[in-house]
Amino acid sequence: MDKLISDLKVQIINQLNMQDVKPEDIGDDQPLFVEGLGLDSIDALELIVLLQQNYKVKLSNADDGPRVFKSVRTMADYIRAHQNQAVK
Amino acid sequence: MSLAGDLYISASCITDEHFIYRDGKPVFENSTGDPEEFLLTAYKDLGLQYPKFYKMDLLSKLGWISTEILLNEVPEMTAYSPEEVGVVLSNSSSSLDTDRKYFETTKTAASPAVFVYTLPNIMIGEICIRHGFKGENAFFISKDFDPLFIWQYVSNLFNIDTLQACICGWVEVAGRQWKAALYLVEQRKTDNPVSFTADNLKTLFQTPWIN
Repeated sequence: MDKLISDLKVQIINQLNMQDVKPEDIGDDQPLFVEGLGLDSIDALELIVLLQQNYKVKLSNADDGPRVFKSVRTMADYIRAHQNQAVK
Repeated sequence: MSLAGDLYISASCITDEHFIYRDGKPVFENSTGDPEEFLLTAYKDLGLQYPKFYKMDLLSKLGWISTEILLNEVPEMTAYSPEEVGVVLSNSSSSLDTDRKYFETTKTAASPAVFVYTLPNIMIGEICIRHGFKGENAFFISKDFDPLFIWQYVSNLFNIDTLQACICGWVEVAGRQWKAALYLVEQRKTDNPVSFTADNLKTLFQTPWIN
């Protein structure tokens, strides 16, 4: 399994305090919001903090949010594409 | 002030650092001394299922669990419209416990999830979201539980025909000390009616096991 994706699943569970969810419960392409994991707008802010804290990746354009946080895989893709850009 | 007559405390839930009492009977016991562990153990042991519980701060967890137990075995609640059920709570420390935790997060990365609980009336919101209540709600700060004030305020809400039922009382978390005293007030008369009076609120608060 993609290590970044598996790491992200653990980090999402910890960051969002989802004590009743296991990493294997989260599908790589499963929607994170609404019908998927059921995350809400506050969770979205926590995911932004997670990207900054753990990967030094900043979401500079809020309009990118729905695309970046569509699934764990899209988060991993965004991290890979932006990891070399340090948060200023 | 003209006060509504014939109001009753149809149920009570008192949560202290060792027990959760429902109508004077202990439904949960734990002497861990740690509020997080106490509430998480109660949540699991009582078979409650509400994933958002894990995300709540301690104050909301305490108020939420106490409300779940308070309203358990009260099927009559479904007869009320959302606008007819109110929530009036109070405490001494407001959301200070969570305020401190949020301040700690600001030293690294401020947590939005902690920030949203830095008001005590968020707890009322969690209770209302869970049960769909849309009636009058208010949160008051006082040094100690003030049964006379609660009685007056809630009675007035009934008096002006705002409510048919009201959850009222005290929910306090201060460090490793916590207490909740919730009362369901209705015009409905139960088999063992307890009149809604300041004295009865005080008695149940102080000696929940002899109700």
